[in-house]
Parts: sequence; C-alpha cells; structure tokens
Amino acid sequence: MFDKDRWQEIFIAIKQNKLRSVLTAFGVFWGIFMLVVMTGSGNGLVNGVTQGTANFASNSAFMWTQNTTKPYKGFRQGRWWNFNNRDMEIIRDQVPGVDVIAPRLQGWDVSQGENVHRGLRSGSFTVNGDYPAYNLIDPSEMIHGRFINEMDIHLRRKVCIIGERVYEVMFERGEDPVGQYMKVSGVYFQVVGVFRTLNPNIQLGSNKSESIYVPFTTMQQVYNYGDRVHYFGFTAKDGHSVAETAEQVMAVLKNNHSVAPDDNDAIGHFNVEEMVRTMTYLFLGINMLIWIVGIGTLIAGAVGISNIMVVVVKERTKEIGIQRAIGARPWTIVSQILTESVFLTTLAGFMGLSLGTLVLHGVDTALTHAQASMPADEQVFFTNPEIGVTMAVASLIILIITGLIAGLIPAQKAVRIKPIEALRHE
Amino acid sequence: MDNSIIRVETLHKSYVNGSNALHVLKGVDLDIRQGEMVSIMGSSGSGKSTLLNIIGILDNYDAGAYYLDGIKIEKMSETRAARFRNKYIGFVFQSFNLISFKNAMENVALPLYYQKVSRKKRNMIALEYLEKLGLREWAHHLPSELSGGQKQRVAIARSLISKPKVILADEPTGALDSVTSEEVMEILKEVNATGISIIIVTHENEIAAQTQRIIRLRDGIIESNEVNHNFSNEVSAGVLLEQR
Repeated sequence: MFDKDRWQEIFIAIKQNKLRSVLTAFGVFWGIFMLVVMTGSGNGLVNGVTQGTANFASNSAFMWTQNTTKPYKGFRQGRWWNFNNRDMEIIRDQVPGVDVIAPRLQGWDVSQGENVHRGLRSGSFTVNGDYPAYNLIDPSEMIHGRFINEMDIHLRRKVCIIGERVYEVMFERGEDPVGQYMKVSGVYFQVVGVFRTLNPNIQLGSNKSESIYVPFTTMQQVYNYGDRVHYFGFTAKDGHSVAETAEQVMAVLKNNHSVAPDDNDAIGHFNVEEMVRTMTYLFLGINMLIWIVGIGTLIAGAVGISNIMVVVVKERTKEIGIQRAIGARPWTIVSQILTESVFLTTLAGFMGLSLGTLVLHGVDTALTHAQASMPADEQVFFTNPEIGVTMAVASLIILIITGLIAGLIPAQKAVRIKPIEALRHE
Repeated sequence: MDNSIIRVETLHKSYVNGSNALHVLKGVDLDIRQGEMVSIMGSSGSGKSTLLNIIGILDNYDAGAYYLDGIKIEKMSETRAARFRNKYIGFVFQSFNLISFKNAMENVALPLYYQKVSRKKRNMIALEYLEKLGLREWAHHLPSELSGGQKQRVAIARSLISKPKVILADEPTGALDSVTSEEVMEILKEVNATGISIIIVTHENEIAAQTQRIIRLRDGIIESNEVNHNFSNEVSAGVLLEQR
C-alpha cells in the first residue's frame, strides 16, 4: 500500500492547492467533530440520568389512595379512603405476579417543625415507616450500621436509620452514630444505621438524604397510624408485566374498599417500568437524531470532497492521459484517485475525531470539578460525556467508506478519460 | 512477411459527431517491418494522427485489421490495452508530456512503475538511460528546469525504458528549433539502429527525408508509400556522447 509515487502525487496535489484542500477537508472534519461531540453529549445525558436511577427496581410500581370519583355501593363520590395492613396480605395472597411488596408510611404530621432532637442539636426531617423490602425497590448503601430488618418489624423496635444529611446535622463529623439515641417527634429512637441512596434522581415525596426511616410496625404504633398504609411499592415477578400486575392489584384493592371497579382515579399509581421504557425510547430518539444530523453533516462534507476530486481529475486530465499512454492501467488511476480521497477524508476525520474527543474530555474535567464543589445531594443530569472505542472505530470505518464513495464518481470520470482526448487537452 | 511488426489491413475509422459521421480513415493498408524507420506525412485532417492513435492502441478502429507483432489488436479492455502499450510501444509527443512534479529520473522510470518494478531498480535503470542520452547530471531536475531538447530526450528515454518494439513519435520536433530537432533526429536514428522500429508523424519534409520510407496520407487513404533513396543510416558518430 505504501507506494512513494502514489503518495508523492497526493502530497503534490494537496500542497499545490493548500487552501482548497483545507477548505474541502473542513467539511468532513466538521461532520465528524459534530458527530463525536453530539454523541458524547448524548452519552453524557444518558449516563447522568441512568446513573441516578439505574439501581431503582425497573419492574416496580407505586400506589396511593385518592378521593373516589364515583359513587358505589351506597358510598358517595369524593370519599377519602386508606390502604391498610390487610390489603397488603390480600395482595400477597391473591396477586401471583407480585414479588416483593413494601408498604410505607409517610409521616407528614410528625415531620413538621423542628421534630428531631439530640442533645443541643435539632433539625426538621421527614419520617418514613418502612419494611426491609423497600431496600429491594429503591436500594440504598449503608455508610454506617444496617438497614431495618425483619426483627425490627416483628418486635416493633424503636430503632431508626437516617439519611446522610440527617447524620451531618445531628452528629459530630466522624462520630459513630450506631447505638446513639435521637428524639423523633417526641419518641426516642436508637440509630442503627446511616444510608445513602443509590438513586438520587428519584425522590418520592421528600429528599431521601433528609429522611429518617423507622420500622413500619413501630411507626404505626408509636404515632397512632393504626393499620394504615399511606402508599406502597411492589415489584413484579419475572415474566409478569408490571402494568398487568398493577391492574390486578388495583382490582383487589377496589374490591376490598367498595370502590367502583371503573373508578380509575381512586388509586394513584406510578409505573417505573413504563417510565424506563419511555426513557429508553427517548434516548433512542436522541441517539437517532444525533446520528441523522452527524451523518448528514458528514455527507455534506463528503460531497465537498467528491466535488473537489472532480476538479482535481479535470485538472489532471492531461497527466492521466500521459500515464495511460505509457501503460497505466485503469485500476492504477482509480486507486490513485480513491487513495487521495480516502486519505483526505480520513485525515480530516481523524482530526475531527481528536478535537471532538479533546472537547469532550475538557467538558468532562470541567463537570467533575463543578460537581466536586456542589452540595452532595444536588441532582446531576449530565455525567461522563464520552464516546467509546466502538464509536471511534465505527466513525473511522464510516470515514473510509465515505472517502471511497466520495472518490468513486471522480475516479470513474478519470477512467473514462480517453488517452487521446487527454493528450489533446492542451 | 514474418518480420513485420505492424500490419494494417483496410483500416476504416469514422468519428460520429452528432448526426454527422466523419470518415477519417478509408481503408488504409500498411506494413512496417521490424527495425524500419518510417515517416507518415500528410496535411492536417489527412488522418495521420488517427492512424497513429490506432497503432498506439489509444483508439479503436471500425473495420479492417491491425496486427502488432503478429497479435491481432481488436477491441479490448483498457487494462489489456494498457499492458500492450506498456510492453510494445513507446510514445514520444510533440509537447513532451512529462509529468511536471516528477524529476527527469522519475519520469523516465514511470513505465516501469506500471510494470511494478521496485523503486530502487527502476530508478537505477532510468539513470542508465539518462546516461545514454547524456542527461545523467540532469536526473534530479524537474521538467520545468530543462530545455526543450532536454525534455524531448527525457521523453525518449521514457519511451525506451520498457524496451518497446515500436516507437511512435508524434511531431517529435514540432516544438523544437532546427538545431535541437537535428539532435533529436540523431537520437531517434541511433535508437533505430538498435533494431527498434520508429514511426514518425511529421509535416516537415526535412524530417521525413531522414527516414527510410515516407508514407503520405491524404483524405484517409495512402497516397504514396515510397522508399526514401536518400536515406543514410549512418549516425554522425560521437555527436551524442559529446553533447554537454
């Protein structure tokens, strides 16, 4: 492939028309640059969003009660109702598609004002009543201690786990919180762990880092919630769709509470699976858009190269004629033109690729710095803008193909030149 | 005739230009033997360039037959035509047709490049040929730095390097002054003396007078084909090697 005569010709051609070559190559350079930067940014967006949600159980849904909108069985419309412990048991019994179910209490009325005290420290934090199963739906990692466990539930222990921010406010930096007591809305709880959520981009009702989780049963008893369940999350078993399972669950609930079966507004619900699917399509759409724009720009660049190669062939008509007369085969001429076109395209594209990667790296570095100085619980929707090796290799292959296609028409034109005509071309 | 290198039988060629067909060659018969030096004369439009193009396999003919070294040349792929040109025919043009960005040596070596001879080897051979033509010290100069006569000598060296059987020279002295023309003719004669046939297309009588046979074309047919009795094959000895 490396043949000095061939490259000599290419370099001469490029050198003789520096400005023209640079302007031509710029089209392809810009195309690849755009493609790289846009793909990188797209990836950054995907990374940012999925990083904050990736650990959330994607086969899950949440449900809460709302006012009924239809009169039914002698009940008026607009009635307020609640889920209760029995509902959870019935769901477990009657809906086979449900895998884990995690009832929750959202302690609105115990989360008001400065509700948490410890020595001279105090703060205002949300209190949630939870089952261990909640950690399977919206996982957290434990910085200190452990999560709520079945014994806590069973024995209604007055223990709690606290969010990062709660720890910062209520404890000395570096202090071991496990085993310490805090007064939460008038009741003393023993801290058994500090959790950090793995899904900072999904917040249910309150900021998780500013929350205190206590055992569900304890919370019902201590704060007088009786057998109420404020809302619950569940996951569907493998092979069961979340949407179908949710339908079944809602039917069971409506039946239990004399809610009209066709009252769709009596139960609010949130299907994570659907959200994930929507997101996936959204990302797919963004990606397609990026590729369409990128490839479009690249084609514009390739047309530029093709155009200029036609001019080059025209300029060299006589030379090509001479070469043909003294024995150059058509293929020699074709490969010459193609090599030149591919060389120009690849060189320009490689520069675009390099600059694009450099820009992405710069953005990444800047982002990392910016994030380091942000509050820890700040939601991040853009991280790691980058393109993979696959993408880089793919774009190089695209470049070479582009170059080949761009050179094809000019090369055919060159071959069609009859030596005699070329030699007459004075 | 066994030693005929180029044999042309009732060759016809017309150019179609829109609805007009221009009948350029109207049945040309020609036989050029190995080692002959022949000139083809004729006014412009007589068909001499067309004939040369066909002989040089740069153009096709419509009817008749053309044998090059006993091989019938018919419509063939460009790749095959290129191989034939490379192997059998050397071209010398009026306007030299050297490649402007290659130096003298690279220009001479070019036909060997198409034969895929290695760069080192073909440059060495090119230098030999330049040496023979007295241009050894100009080997690394670009065509633009050479005089007309030098350029034509480089072109002759280029036509010789693939060891062709025939050299086709289209007005080889057309762009040169009389002194240089004389030098170039001397070189061609010397080349001819090594056994290579030479066909010169010219309209200058002085040039034609230096060849063994003068073929006159007129309106697409051969008007006369006569042996030149004044021809002398003695090369003015030493002229070449003493130059410059």
